[in-house]
Amino acid sequence: MQNKIIYLDNNATTMVAPEVVEAMMPFFMERYGNPSSMHDFGGNVAHDVEYARHQVAMMLGADHDYEIVFTSGATESDNMAILGTLQYYRDKKHIVTTKVEHPAVLNLCRQLEREGYLVTYVPVDREGNLDLDFLFDSVTNDTAIVSVMYANNETGVIFPVEKIGAFCKKRGIPFHIDAVQAIGKIPVNVNAIQCDLLAISGHKFHAPKGIGVLYVRRGTRMRPLLYGGHQEKARRPGTHNVPGIIGIGKASELVMQHLANAEEVNRVKRLRDKLEHGLLTQCSNAHLNGAKNNRVDNTTNVGFEFIEGEAILLYLNEKGIAASSGSACSSGSLEPSHVLRAMGVPFTSAHGSIRFSLSRYTTEDEIDYTLKIMPEVVERLLEISPYWDAKTKKGKPITELAR
Amino acid sequence: MWEYTEKVKELYKNPKNVGEIPDADVVVEVGSIVCGDALTLYLKLDGDKIVDAKFKTFGCGSAIASSSALTEMIKGKTIEEAAKITNKDIVEFLGGLPDQKMHCSVMGQEALEKAIKKIKGHAVEDEHEDEGAIVCQCFGVSENLIRRVINENNLTTVEEVTNYTKAGGACGSCIPKIEDIIKEELAKGATQKVISAKKPMSNLKRMQLVEETIQNVIRPVLMRDGGDIELIDIDGKKVYVALRGHCAHCVISDVTMKNLVQEKLREFVENDIEVIEVK
Repeated sequence: MQNKIIYLDNNATTMVAPEVVEAMMPFFMERYGNPSSMHDFGGNVAHDVEYARHQVAMMLGADHDYEIVFTSGATESDNMAILGTLQYYRDKKHIVTTKVEHPAVLNLCRQLEREGYLVTYVPVDREGNLDLDFLFDSVTNDTAIVSVMYANNETGVIFPVEKIGAFCKKRGIPFHIDAVQAIGKIPVNVNAIQCDLLAISGHKFHAPKGIGVLYVRRGTRMRPLLYGGHQEKARRPGTHNVPGIIGIGKASELVMQHLANAEEVNRVKRLRDKLEHGLLTQCSNAHLNGAKNNRVDNTTNVGFEFIEGEAILLYLNEKGIAASSGSACSSGSLEPSHVLRAMGVPFTSAHGSIRFSLSRYTTEDEIDYTLKIMPEVVERLLEISPYWDAKTKKGKPITELAR
Repeated sequence: MWEYTEKVKELYKNPKNVGEIPDADVVVEVGSIVCGDALTLYLKLDGDKIVDAKFKTFGCGSAIASSSALTEMIKGKTIEEAAKITNKDIVEFLGGLPDQKMHCSVMGQEALEKAIKKIKGHAVEDEHEDEGAIVCQCFGVSENLIRRVINENNLTTVEEVTNYTKAGGACGSCIPKIEDIIKEELAKGATQKVISAKKPMSNLKRMQLVEETIQNVIRPVLMRDGGDIELIDIDGKKVYVALRGHCAHCVISDVTMKNLVQEKLREFVENDIEVIEVK
């Protein structure tokens, strides 16, 4: 078992599903035509591209297939949604987003601030829940777009996007959702949430890397980021990434199958809960980060006090377990993750926070093995930690925290 | 994923000298849990010799490895010998560290320095005065530490200073101040380094210093006037040079030699250097 990687980092990326690989294969060496060509060899491929578009539209509950625009990934989709909208509403200079967005939105907003835009970053509470009233109050007549994530990548906490969608619709403000971490984990329906724009990324739900989608509701006003050919109705020019598109189409179909299978959905949740409960009870000084009852089913984020996240990951790596950390050291940023800081997670455990994210391929054996290893890792690092008293089995008082 | 050397991997997996020394002669703490890494160092002395060293570290893989390296390096050394260890030596011991992880080695050096100060009887209150003003509020990094790290590691950019000390790595409000410090240190850099390395000197060291001084101190002055200098040979304390450009034909070249080259070499290298001009 130790020879095989135990992959509990599915919020970072996922394995490409075998069915997806199989669907893509013919489009490399047999059916490699350009869907924009006049000849049948290319033209027939266009039918497959359109079918994939339909598969994605079905998954998102979109009214029209043409509302699906293929991109290179969610970073491009997020940039296209926000910049494209600002390009259209040139006189509006205010953006509303949250403090805990993915860098694809957050760093774009920081850049827009430098260019003269005013950005409101809506805070979250200690459990990572969005301050909805703050968001409603921050919208003005100058607001060009509201951009909010569906589920947080680090904690899995779900935001009340339906309420925001209804509010934005009433106010007539374009609403963009970064739904990257929701797809495949909870049903996503663009009409239920009344969003105008929605970004997803293939490789987070068992399609390959390098393919994403921006859902653009019919009638949404925006301008393209790129200029070139007529592809995607000139909203996103460039020769189609045919294998990627076929892949994300097939992966969308598999997501629908998965979510329709209540037993499977519950299995992932049960494994996550087993892992979480085990970690919180078997490891010393472990705390859950994020709202327990308002999360996607595959994610758990646990803070281990008095030890550091990168060291935990390195020790897990030695045992063949892949997870991720919100610690400063693992990212090279010197500060713990912006999400944990926005939540006000104390420094005693923010640096030692580990995210485990499961997939529908995760097995019970893998969870059991992780539960065997993790308490050993925590004990080993506590032995090294200057903040841990081995005799009393308690943390030492930390005066620096007063700062 | 960081590119750690095999030595770093070995030492974070199986760190040496982890633990406390119950009857330690010196215990010092550096870093803090807020900053994301902290080290407590325990030393046991016999006279002026460090007979045992142990540590406890909160931090990433390279922080654990740096702490282990430090304790291995100082065990068995006298205080004077240990005092010469810099963060560079720790990095060397580890076979290198990723740029962004250099601050882990600096933390080791900081702990050692603090311990030696304590051994030599400096009162704890004095320490803060010694450290100078705090430049980076986020990580509590002092001006003196920044200046020392700049000099010892030949740093020239804010990014490097952040990698080595963390200063400027969070809110960034101290970056202009760090820029000022770098400028000041670069201006006096060459001078200081040469002075600090005076006294009994091997031939090799003398040659290096002569070359450095000619390159960094003398040539810039000559070149300002359209001249140049070439180092021909070094024989013991005799330095043979040739003047080029305008200087070569200058009637007062002899004066130039005595006044500038010899004076500077005597100032920066050794006070009995003799300069001989080769035509």
